[in-house]
Amino acid sequence: MSILLLVPILAPLLAAALAAALGWRRLSASVTVLAALLVLTSGAVLGLRVQSGARLGVGNLLRADALSVTMLIIIGTVGTMATWASIGYIDAELTGGHTDRRGANLYGVLVPIFLAAMALAVLANNVGVMWVAIEATTVATAFLVGHHRSRAALEATWKYVVICSVGIGLAFLGTVLLYFASLHAGASSGNALNIDVLLAHASRLDPAVTRLGAGLLLLGYGTKAGLVPFHTWLADAHSQSPAPVSALMSGVLLSVAFAALLRIKSVVDLALGTGFLRTGLLIVGLLTLATAASLLVVQTDFKRMLAYSSMENMGFVAVAAAAGTNLAIAALLLHVLAHGIAKTLVFLSAGQLQAAHDSTEISDVTGVLARSPLIGIAFAVGLAVLLGLPPFAMFASELSISRALSGAHLQWALGAALLLVVVAFAALARNGARMLLGPPEASSPVIAVPGSVAAALVTGVILSVAVGLTLGPLGQLFHTAATQLGGSQ
Amino acid sequence: MTQATYNGVLNLAAGAFLLAAVLIVWRHELRATVRLLAWQGLALAAIPLTEGVYHHDAALITVGAVVLLLRSVALPLLLTRAVGTEDHERRESTPLVNTTTSLIITAGLTVLAYAVTRPIIALDPSPATRAVPAAFAVILIAVFVMVSRRRALSQAVGFMMLDNGIAATAFLITAGVPLIVELGASLDVLFAVLVLGLLTGHMRRTFGDTDLAQLNELRG
Repeated sequence: MSILLLVPILAPLLAAALAAALGWRRLSASVTVLAALLVLTSGAVLGLRVQSGARLGVGNLLRADALSVTMLIIIGTVGTMATWASIGYIDAELTGGHTDRRGANLYGVLVPIFLAAMALAVLANNVGVMWVAIEATTVATAFLVGHHRSRAALEATWKYVVICSVGIGLAFLGTVLLYFASLHAGASSGNALNIDVLLAHASRLDPAVTRLGAGLLLLGYGTKAGLVPFHTWLADAHSQSPAPVSALMSGVLLSVAFAALLRIKSVVDLALGTGFLRTGLLIVGLLTLATAASLLVVQTDFKRMLAYSSMENMGFVAVAAAAGTNLAIAALLLHVLAHGIAKTLVFLSAGQLQAAHDSTEISDVTGVLARSPLIGIAFAVGLAVLLGLPPFAMFASELSISRALSGAHLQWALGAALLLVVVAFAALARNGARMLLGPPEASSPVIAVPGSVAAALVTGVILSVAVGLTLGPLGQLFHTAATQLGGSQ
Repeated sequence: MTQATYNGVLNLAAGAFLLAAVLIVWRHELRATVRLLAWQGLALAAIPLTEGVYHHDAALITVGAVVLLLRSVALPLLLTRAVGTEDHERRESTPLVNTTTSLIITAGLTVLAYAVTRPIIALDPSPATRAVPAAFAVILIAVFVMVSRRRALSQAVGFMMLDNGIAATAFLITAGVPLIVELGASLDVLFAVLVLGLLTGHMRRTFGDTDLAQLNELRG
């Protein structure tokens, strides 16, 4: 068991070591793709073993349950696509003089470290180790956000590191308070932060201290998940990063941070009842939706538009988590999987559009479908998923979340959320149509698509359609995750 | 160590810890604030060292020694290297909030810290836990420093102060978090400060200045 738990963490680390030794080479970049595939495979293999309950390993530091397996599958899927596309993306940047050898080498080392940190975050059984891993993602991605070395990239990096470090600092304070409460509930000092121990002692945690800790944890992990009030780093960082990194940050890092919140929620709900975090999640979720929707309406930059769409989705997911029923949590996990794949599609195509036009203004880009069918179709499919159109998976997940919310007697929240989702829908659809449709202008530049980017995009389109048509064993996995997280019927 | 000495040393450390934060709010010379940060690190390290000696806990003494090295020597050195050499670079630019108002706000935050920490003291009214409002006050003051200062380095100082406050809380209420978490967290902080220091350098080369008012390109 222990070996299987270590593979998703060690495989990317080994790829990072190889990249550090060799520099940016086809070989080291391909090994990174392989490592991401290994994360996906070990997720799938572990998935067969967790139906009956959580498995612990490595001195109870690591934990595999249906939630960590789901997250590993998402990290592996998006990671494979993003690292595959990185090969062509970085090679093109090197040829075009947009980055130098040093920048490429650093990129090659940091991306796999980033993947390893995310894998550790979802596999950690100790909430302290989980915190360390999530803070490590901030450190690993800092120079990835600043990869382009421009003024804007530097500004985005500074805001990202400062705001996320403060936010995640608050989460650490919350963790310390949880540890304090756990010790006083009778846990021994060595394992008082282990999730299984916390769950076992949850009913004896001091309510006042737990409330304080839970509030800080919601704010702290909410920062990394792009939730209000510390969301201001998100659009800057996601828009300035290289496209494959934007895909990873938007497609998986946000949901990894949210998975941390789900873990905390399962403990806090047992200690305080579901009311406390439900109120908190509803407030931050709806405010996040409102902020994202209003900024989407006035957006003129397509990468920032995609970033605010991520915020909108995280807000919606937070509202779903507030409902907290089995149906809601299973649907939420489907939602983040579909969102991860779709965001990879749109960010990777946006990267090629940016490279072609040397601009990220929506008004500079038109007629993409006619100019480059591959980029056009990939972008269109990604957008269709994000808009929640059938037959794609987010149609099903949004429908289920709506049903779950009315089932939990949260009709008012459902009404508010749907209204904001419609506003965001209109903005995304209008801007998307403006970029995709229309006749190409004679002066439009050629949209180049490197082979590996094309391969990643085709994979993403196939996956988006496949997940929309059938979930196969994933449906069962999501329901197991919801049950294991203590969702009510 | 007797109970009375233990209480005395612990309270002295917590008091010095809070005082360093107030002085950081007062001073605008960057080198001076980094020096104060080193003193604060010393006061912080005194907490686990005292508890370790009092409870005869060798592991805690080791942790205290590591904290001393990291927060009172290594990190301040890193930050000192990031202070610019030019005259206008060495002082906080015109602060957004003047010194008198800042100090009044600091006092208000300290009172707030006492109110917020009441449930913690109620759960375990030991001498160490009674000092926790000082640690919480430092956390709140650090957030205030981060939002009210305009130099990149001042924000880094604020971040480290925030982290000191959280570490102090951990030492006071639970005699530190489990070792693996402590090690991981220290490593993360070290890297985060390293990144901030490097970014300050990049910023100076790109903007010719480290005034955060320059960071105004990305909005909406």
